[in-house]
Amino acid sequence: MNSGIDGAQPDAGAVRLLSLAVNGQRQQRAVAPDITLLDFLREQLGLTGSKRGCDLGECGCCAVLVDGRPMLSCLLPAADLEHSAITTIEGIAAGTALHPLQQAMIDEGAVQCGYCTPAMVINGVHLFASEPRPDAEAIRTCISATSCRCTGYNRIVQAFERTAERFAEEQP
Amino acid sequence: MNAYRIVGTPQPQIDARDKVTGRARYTDDIRLPNCLHAAILRSPHASARIRAIDTARAIALPGVRAVLTGADFERTFGVLPISKDEPALARERVRYVGEPVAAVAAETAALAAAALALIAVDYLPTTPVLDVRQALRPTDDPLHPELSHDNNLHKQVEQCFGDPEAGFAQASVVFEKRFSFPSVTHAFTEPHAVQVEIDGRGNLTVYSATQVPHYVHLALAQVLDIDEHRVRVIKPHLGGGFGGKSDPFPHEMIAARLALVTGRNVRLRFSREDVFFSHHGRHPTQLTMKLGFHPGRGITALTGDFLIDGGAYGSFGVVTTYYNGVLLQGPYPVPNFAFRCRRMYTNKPMCGAMRGHGGVNPRFASEVLMDMALVQSGLDPCQARIDLIHRENTLTINEFRITSVGLKRGLEEAMRRSDWRDKYGKLPYGKGIGVACGFFISGSALPIHRNRRPASTVRLTLEFDGAVTVYSGAADIGQGSDTVLAMMAAEVLGVDLGQVKVVAADTRLTPVDLGSYSSRVTFMAGNAARNAAIRMRRLLVAAACRLLELPAPEYRAPAPPEDRFRQGGRSPDFDADFLGANPDYDDGFEFADGRIRHLGSGRETGFLAAVHAAIEGPGVLQTVGNYRPPKLGGSFKGAGAGLSPAYSFTAFIVEVSVDPDTGFVKVDKATCAHDCGFALNPLAVRGQIEGCFHMGMGQALMEEVLHDNGAVQNAGFLEYKIPSPFEQPEIDLVPSTSDESEGPFGAKEAGEGPLAPVIPAIANAIFDAVGVRLFELPLRPDRVLAAMRKATAR
Ligand code: FES
Ligand code: FES
Repeated sequence: MNSGIDGAQPDAGAVRLLSLAVNGQRQQRAVAPDITLLDFLREQLGLTGSKRGCDLGECGCCAVLVDGRPMLSCLLPAADLEHSAITTIEGIAAGTALHPLQQAMIDEGAVQCGYCTPAMVINGVHLFASEPRPDAEAIRTCISATSCRCTGYNRIVQAFERTAERFAEEQP
Repeated sequence: MNAYRIVGTPQPQIDARDKVTGRARYTDDIRLPNCLHAAILRSPHASARIRAIDTARAIALPGVRAVLTGADFERTFGVLPISKDEPALARERVRYVGEPVAAVAAETAALAAAALALIAVDYLPTTPVLDVRQALRPTDDPLHPELSHDNNLHKQVEQCFGDPEAGFAQASVVFEKRFSFPSVTHAFTEPHAVQVEIDGRGNLTVYSATQVPHYVHLALAQVLDIDEHRVRVIKPHLGGGFGGKSDPFPHEMIAARLALVTGRNVRLRFSREDVFFSHHGRHPTQLTMKLGFHPGRGITALTGDFLIDGGAYGSFGVVTTYYNGVLLQGPYPVPNFAFRCRRMYTNKPMCGAMRGHGGVNPRFASEVLMDMALVQSGLDPCQARIDLIHRENTLTINEFRITSVGLKRGLEEAMRRSDWRDKYGKLPYGKGIGVACGFFISGSALPIHRNRRPASTVRLTLEFDGAVTVYSGAADIGQGSDTVLAMMAAEVLGVDLGQVKVVAADTRLTPVDLGSYSSRVTFMAGNAARNAAIRMRRLLVAAACRLLELPAPEYRAPAPPEDRFRQGGRSPDFDADFLGANPDYDDGFEFADGRIRHLGSGRETGFLAAVHAAIEGPGVLQTVGNYRPPKLGGSFKGAGAGLSPAYSFTAFIVEVSVDPDTGFVKVDKATCAHDCGFALNPLAVRGQIEGCFHMGMGQALMEEVLHDNGAVQNAGFLEYKIPSPFEQPEIDLVPSTSDESEGPFGAKEAGEGPLAPVIPAIANAIFDAVGVRLFELPLRPDRVLAAMRKATAR
């Protein structure tokens, strides 16, 4: 029984060159076959906004968008993502302009410790991209993909509902 | 003075933008150059002798820089000076599955993991002690023989006030029941992590996911046997604590030692499984409680016998042992009161402080018994509770000083808003409504380490450009303490919130604060921040007076409250450096919109002009504020436990549906009245109450750490189920405030107190729904169903 950081595995098979886009930026990096996307992002690219809560696909904190769809980066081998487009939390805001959901999360007090927040935002951005006016059930389903231990989820639900209202006002 | 600009208004956390954009840096997000990766080998046995550890093959692996075993640590440690019983790495014996036994630092994480596999530990397994009854039995091989016990008792507390027997004789109803509680755990989302940076002179900067940087600092110096000034502890952003990060931990000692022996930076983080092994959660509890009640007299007597399972080491356990009993002294008067609490060592991961520390399980028992007594007496359980709640300014029988109490009005309002009278006893079978109350400390009045320093100190600077910086040792663990400190400074100085920066939880840069536990930060660090800001305001007023050619105002020496009761019975003895708790800062000036205006003459000057004038002499503007609790409490043994300068009060009214076919309980709605004094940041208060409800409901309905032969069986989020957004109900928060004269701006705690009443409120609602009482948590469907079947069979 041991614990520690399971980062790059030096001799665990052939290293290959991976090319993909992360937050719109082309990246070409050598990766070991068993390195996860989460490790690739955090350890090789230094993008630490995606959080590691379990490394087992259970907490949801590591979600990123892979070709526009939310995925748990701790479960994905980076080497399988040749030519994919990855969006992490660092790539959600357009410059200094926050996504409406990010702003709503701030305003509604949906952020406490913030460890679940990047994944909540990632999943929400996908939700609103595919369904600008999600109903209460869809909102809760989306939020339930990520464990939050601080908020009891009420403020997060509220932030999602505010965002849905905002989209509804913009496109009546 | 009551028209506040900032305090009392809902404010998002000042670092919320960093958190929604991924910019916030948590401990494992820090990247130190040329860093070694550390890993810990953990015990597979609940109880075993270590006959030998062979590290030769591990150290021979290329890229491995150091291997440590128990032999590398002479001193044990613990958060409480009275139970420093925990080694950084096990020596001679292991006491729980998952206990650290050896550690490695290597060039890569993979190498560190590979090296662990090369360490050979020769264990001789011994019979583990797995439950509290077994722990009570005499043994010649206790877990901690140095305590020279002949069994595995860690701590026993007995207290008696009044005459319980006489009290029971006065009662018209007496109920006595046995209750049973499994362990639950914090389940914060960020696993423990630490990184250690070492400089050329061997000084250590330790970045750690901790609630208590100051205690970690002290423990590191002691365990590593180095001067305290060589250690600096910094808490980066923290992904939740709830008490689970409020001890110094072995991994912090290990990483620091590895940095010292290699001269290199070191990084270490936990897997989710490690977090469960490390635990420090709520104590499994077996308790018997007896309550006597009389409609005209209220509670006539309350007695309890508590047996709590501490696991392998002490942690906060001595405090927990006291809190199990003493926190029953509210929210109602208990004139005759006795309890015995025994904390046992067992071969399981240790238990410690968890949100609502020590008060949660006994509260379930007392509020269920209370409900039984009120129902039996034919009283309305909600109205009767309102009538019983402590009056303001009373002394409990164990000499807790109860000051502000806003719950009576609050619960009346909650009763109205929840339509209690139309619902209680009147809902169809399967639907029910229940109520429960609780109370909690706003910080412990006595420090863990006896000393005469203030309980909290804050330093404040004001720069030539108008930037205000609050330096506080308090740890923002996600609850928003940085924000509330900034709000208070901004309020007093009349500046925008954005003008205030907070430097916190860095033991080199910030004055000592004891940490984020016992709901002390808003009250104590808040008072300190407010006082530092008041002193800064005086410097600016003096400068403004020079600029405006006005006589400088005279400040009266800090006047202690006239009311000696409010003073905890002490005579006025404020030190010259203490402004008092929540002192007035009415100085005849208005600070707003970048101006400082003399109200009497209407003359005004710019804020920055005053800053420039004030800074001319000293070159730097710096003030200090602090907080000292009043002297409180009796003179009997253990009188200090549970003493707080103020107490919060909470009531929850909960509505549930119970599925008659499955016993499945769903919470439909909750109404909460929480008396946190003045709500400094209503958005944060709401967030704390909703978070408490989540955690309380989890403990009530589903959460339970399972062990098999001492090994945690559900060490992950899939098996350790916490409530989802589908289970969390809407929570109606009714105003229930009071004016706590000693709290900063009148505030008390909101982060822990609301948890405890959630659980009995749910149980009492189940009784209203289907007529059964349950005495064992969690209130799982199978238990509810079995109780319902038994009830209908009768
Ligand atoms: S880190 Fe928990 S799901 Fe990926
Ligand atoms: S805000 Fe802390 S886990 Fe969600």
